[in-house]
Amino acid sequence: MKPYPFEYTRVSSLEEAVTLLQREDEPRIIAGGQSLVPILAMRLAAPSRLIDIGGLSALRGIERRGDVLRIGALARHAEVMASAEVAEAVPLLARAISHVAHPAVRNRGTFGGSVCLADPAAELPAVCTALGATFEVFGSDGLRTIPAREFFLDIYETALAPDEILVAAQLPVACPKERFGFEEIARRHGDFAIVGLAVRARMEGTLFAELDLCFFGASPRPVLAQNAARAVIGQELTDETQQAAVSALTADLDPQEDAQADAEMRLHLAGVLLKRRLAEIAGKERQQ
Amino acid sequence: MSEPRQSVSLTVNEERHDVTVPNRKHLADILREDLGFTGVHVGCEHGVCGACTVRIDGAITRSCLVFGVQADGAEIETIEYLSAQSETRDLVDTFVAENALQCGFCTPGMVISAAALLAETPDPTREEVRAYLSGNYCRCTGYQAIVDAVMMTAAGRRAAKGERA
Repeated sequence: MKPYPFEYTRVSSLEEAVTLLQREDEPRIIAGGQSLVPILAMRLAAPSRLIDIGGLSALRGIERRGDVLRIGALARHAEVMASAEVAEAVPLLARAISHVAHPAVRNRGTFGGSVCLADPAAELPAVCTALGATFEVFGSDGLRTIPAREFFLDIYETALAPDEILVAAQLPVACPKERFGFEEIARRHGDFAIVGLAVRARMEGTLFAELDLCFFGASPRPVLAQNAARAVIGQELTDETQQAAVSALTADLDPQEDAQADAEMRLHLAGVLLKRRLAEIAGKERQQ
Repeated sequence: MSEPRQSVSLTVNEERHDVTVPNRKHLADILREDLGFTGVHVGCEHGVCGACTVRIDGAITRSCLVFGVQADGAEIETIEYLSAQSETRDLVDTFVAENALQCGFCTPGMVISAAALLAETPDPTREEVRAYLSGNYCRCTGYQAIVDAVMMTAAGRRAAKGERA
């Protein structure tokens, strides 16, 4: 499996990358390449030019800025996994990152690359959606921000304009009253999930005051299960509220069939994950 | 369209090589075909099987998921070099002693990945070994002997340290 031929430019500035994006017929940005290279090898895409942004040091780094943790688009998964800042400030991401691919891929794959590929079964888009992260993007009109909840449009489709580049993600720092849950089902550790769930909750005593349930692998994009959340918000977790939340998933999710699972199995697994994670979150709260 | 090419400089196993390669040529193919490091095994060619694992700037990487042009200036280590290093030699010996291979196709990638695991986690559980090596396929052994070999190597290193201490 060899790609079609392509031109290749390693850029030294964001401006140079944007100029090339505007000038080329069919350009593609490459960073770590851990998703793009297989896509090219299988000839699912045939870009005229690869624009390598891997050398742009301004896109690196993980940094706490007040209430947000800013993760550069070129931060590698291995860096995120090893980061004490991530572990402390964004525990949901710390839990999710070990499920992202395999060690050799985590050494090169980037945070921004995973976000921009927008694979519906990927962990990082779901974490960003669950937390209400914000993306900084750079284009011909300069910098702008896009909320994560408006960024993921469909399978491999995002709100990025053709001449825009993701620069960084801003993830809200966790508050003491927040609880998080993460679980996915995959046939092999490190593979894309069949179905997964990232949860952010804020508890008031035993009541769920706020609840964001982001499923991945269960729809053509990461999806907040709002009907399921409404079945629990303002209430304690009981058998009844739990069952109501699971039943509501039918209205929230649009599971697709592929070689790994059919739609019915995905919906069932989503319910299993929802029950487990709600119980974990409610249980933790009771122990305090 | 003529094949677009670029010249790249790669340091492989401590020796510098300057080669002009097609932009679309995977690092794995350059290492094998242009430079003769055929210990780099090319299995799936899309980042699933792990047989082409090498070290780039010290970090294990799948060389089929990197184009040579992206690796310009990088320092690369392959099994030809690593199997002679003290950090890997005992792993190779234990793989042989424990029959942790049958056809041997996955072995270079498996050894390089296992060496990275033991560098990070000198005392892993069997589950940690399985999780870490989940990105390396073996179609012969069923993995049991591979996990055995990694565990025995870890135990051997701890024993050696204990003896010295």
